[in-house]
Amino acid sequence: MEQIFDIYLLEALINGLLFGGVLALLSLGLNLIFGVIDVVWICYAEIVMFGMYAIYWLHAVYGIPIVPAALLAIALTGAMGFLVHYLVISPILGSPPINQLLATGGLLFFLQSFATLLWGIEFRNLGLRLPVLQWGELYFSYARLLAFGIAVIGMIAIYLFLTRTYIGTAIRAISQDREIMTLMGVDSRRVYLVTSVVGGSLAGLAACLLVLQYDVHPFVGLSFGPITFVICVLGGLGNMIGGFIAAFILSEIISIGGFYAELEWGYVLAFAVFIVVMFIRPEGILSKKS
Amino acid sequence: MTSVTLVNGSKWGERRYLAGAIVALVLIVLPTLNRELPVFGTGADWLAYPMHIMVLIMIWSLAYTSWSLMGRFGLVSLGHGAFMGIGAYGTALLWNYAGLTPWIGIPISLALVAAVAFIVGYPCFRFRIVGHYFALVTLALSEIVRQVIMATRDYTGGSLGFTPTPYGDGFSLYALQFSDRTVFYYVALASWAFGLWIWWRVDRSMDRFALEAISEDEDASAAAGIWVTREKLKITILSAVMTGFAGILYMQYQQFISPDTVSGIAISLQIVFAVVAGGIYVMFGPTVGAIITILLAESLRVAIGVSMVGLDTTIYGILLVLFIIFLPKGVLGGILDWLSRRKAG
Amino acid sequence: MLDVQNANAGYDTFQALFDVSLEVNAGEAVAVIGPNGAGKTTLMRMISGLIPIRAGEIRMEGRSLSEVRPHEIVELGIAHVPENRRLFPRMTVEDNLRMGAFTKTARPQFRERLDYIYELFPRMKERRLQYAGTMSGGEQQMCAIGRALMSKPKLLLMDEPSAGLAPVIVQQVFDLVRRIRQEGYTVLIVEQNVQQVLQVVDRAYLLEAGSLQTSGTAEELLASDQVREAYMGL
Repeated sequence: MEQIFDIYLLEALINGLLFGGVLALLSLGLNLIFGVIDVVWICYAEIVMFGMYAIYWLHAVYGIPIVPAALLAIALTGAMGFLVHYLVISPILGSPPINQLLATGGLLFFLQSFATLLWGIEFRNLGLRLPVLQWGELYFSYARLLAFGIAVIGMIAIYLFLTRTYIGTAIRAISQDREIMTLMGVDSRRVYLVTSVVGGSLAGLAACLLVLQYDVHPFVGLSFGPITFVICVLGGLGNMIGGFIAAFILSEIISIGGFYAELEWGYVLAFAVFIVVMFIRPEGILSKKS
Repeated sequence: MTSVTLVNGSKWGERRYLAGAIVALVLIVLPTLNRELPVFGTGADWLAYPMHIMVLIMIWSLAYTSWSLMGRFGLVSLGHGAFMGIGAYGTALLWNYAGLTPWIGIPISLALVAAVAFIVGYPCFRFRIVGHYFALVTLALSEIVRQVIMATRDYTGGSLGFTPTPYGDGFSLYALQFSDRTVFYYVALASWAFGLWIWWRVDRSMDRFALEAISEDEDASAAAGIWVTREKLKITILSAVMTGFAGILYMQYQQFISPDTVSGIAISLQIVFAVVAGGIYVMFGPTVGAIITILLAESLRVAIGVSMVGLDTTIYGILLVLFIIFLPKGVLGGILDWLSRRKAG
Repeated sequence: MLDVQNANAGYDTFQALFDVSLEVNAGEAVAVIGPNGAGKTTLMRMISGLIPIRAGEIRMEGRSLSEVRPHEIVELGIAHVPENRRLFPRMTVEDNLRMGAFTKTARPQFRERLDYIYELFPRMKERRLQYAGTMSGGEQQMCAIGRALMSKPKLLLMDEPSAGLAPVIVQQVFDLVRRIRQEGYTVLIVEQNVQQVLQVVDRAYLLEAGSLQTSGTAEELLASDQVREAYMGL
């Protein structure tokens, strides 16, 4: 009896790990944007939602093969990232940060209801049937494994982009000293736009992975948006490595909570842990204790 | 009242009080009008719908005004959905499962709201969690409450919502259930007026100056002898309890609640936005915000019908973004600014 | 090379510079000296585009700086070593140097310039993978100068290179300035450390309360009573 129990727990742990990969990818985009532009896109998960719809339409309705459909969806969310910055954030860059947060909150409402307007509130899914893998007595969904793998590849790609290119170096530098970027010959506005496009594209990549496992509907953003913000704050806003670690900690908490009770309790536990940790380390888990 | 110094000149001030008195009188007399007047078509209860809208506006105005109590000092909470939810679900659950009359259930729920506000607020303020961080910590609170409601669906009905058990013939002081809309109209009117009075008291208190100083520069305020944590906690708990009360009113009035209508991030954001749209720094700003947002939603719903679900909130979302970009002080704030500029110029 | 004509600048309602005119010729090292708050840093920031010029004109090799956007000024050959060094503390020395070669014209020469900087400052090569913020003040100054030189500038602006450093290190920093001169760079330097700086430059301007008071060769200023009394405590 105990033997079986442990195996299910192990399965939950591994599923938590796999889920953590997608969460880490989601928080990476948000963290990147926060680190560079100093603004929280509350509507980030809604951009993901549009990405999911894009794949759904392109693949399930228009029959475009999944890979090009995914690439097109990533391009679309990248373009959305551009527009969010260009139309909404850049006019109010000088106003209090909280206004920027609220403006993107307005976008959240807009994107959500616009999706409802366009596509209704039905739940839609890709209709892909991915096999379940068996390994000994453990079962894993292939979709989760694939999502984890692609999330890891995506994060490695971002790491290389940030460390090996000039614009990537500038993206890392700009949060450390905004003003002197001008002295380096860097056009901050361009860095902001590039960051927004990259952040938007990451939302698209996350959408590709989520759509493999979940139905898409206009309010799907609300189901993983809050946890993404919480991961970013827990890791220290703008701290990509912290966000990475926080993603796995929280996904394990959710998974184990869901294992012992219902999934919602997993989330409750994760949010509660978050609040408690914030009191111990307000600047995120990787900060030095004040 | 006569001793109040009127900054804008006495004539404008007098007119303002006169206008206020007239509005108050109209609001009080309105429900007593003859409902069978043939003015509006059929002669049926033509007041029913406008009064329903007004009750909603007043209840939400109370919630928005409560939020603005702290929001105006830069304490942007995305957790007020949680306070509404705790108040509403707390009172309703106590009624259904413990048989407690709302007269006892309301104080218990509000005490719970205050306790939650304290538990989250104290460490936040003690450890200087401000700005984005405060917004996101309180957002987590919103989400916790919503998830708890979902997780305890055996009791709360989860996303399907929750209905307090009807009591008697639908008119009961004991259960605070009134099938007659007029009663609720007056309850909501009094609560709304009470909320404004609290706003006014805070606006004229020393705490206001302390909180303004804190929002300008926390270190300097602390150095100047302001007990930062205590000031922030006071306003937060006050704001939370009033918001919780608005949630209770909403529940008692609608006799139905669901996580989507009284908790979660969507409601928290709705609260913030209505205040921003109306005007965060002026007394009637949140009320104007409630009027604008509810009338907009209702008129779009009536004009377009349900065939285009989402159009109202689509427009609403765009307007919010435009407000924040072009009119950060809100409609009423903008108008008052414009008036005073015109007067000065 | 650099020609500043009747320039005015300031912050919000506060005007910090009044009709400042100065020039720097190719191959020269010029200092601007003056007390705290005289507007020296403002002058530097104005030249490199960090704050806008309100009236007057700045020309670099005949081209007006108002024709280009602030971040394009580097590409005209002006590099700025800012006050307090302003390195990117949580990036490696090499990443900091890479940022110095950000412009399109500098990128193709990155390797070449990097080798040159490492040759000039072997210490930087030792520290190349260390976080810039963890180095000593003198090393940070070296890194900041190296970063500015990465773009192969014609004119190097140095803002208070000795500020905030221990006396021993200050001496090293002025040695650095001498070496930069020997490398053939044109230098405009702002300093409070008047005695030291006048020994490494050709000419100097005295800036007080936002206006240029006097100018002359380093020897003339060293000999001038005005400067000796006010700034050297003699």
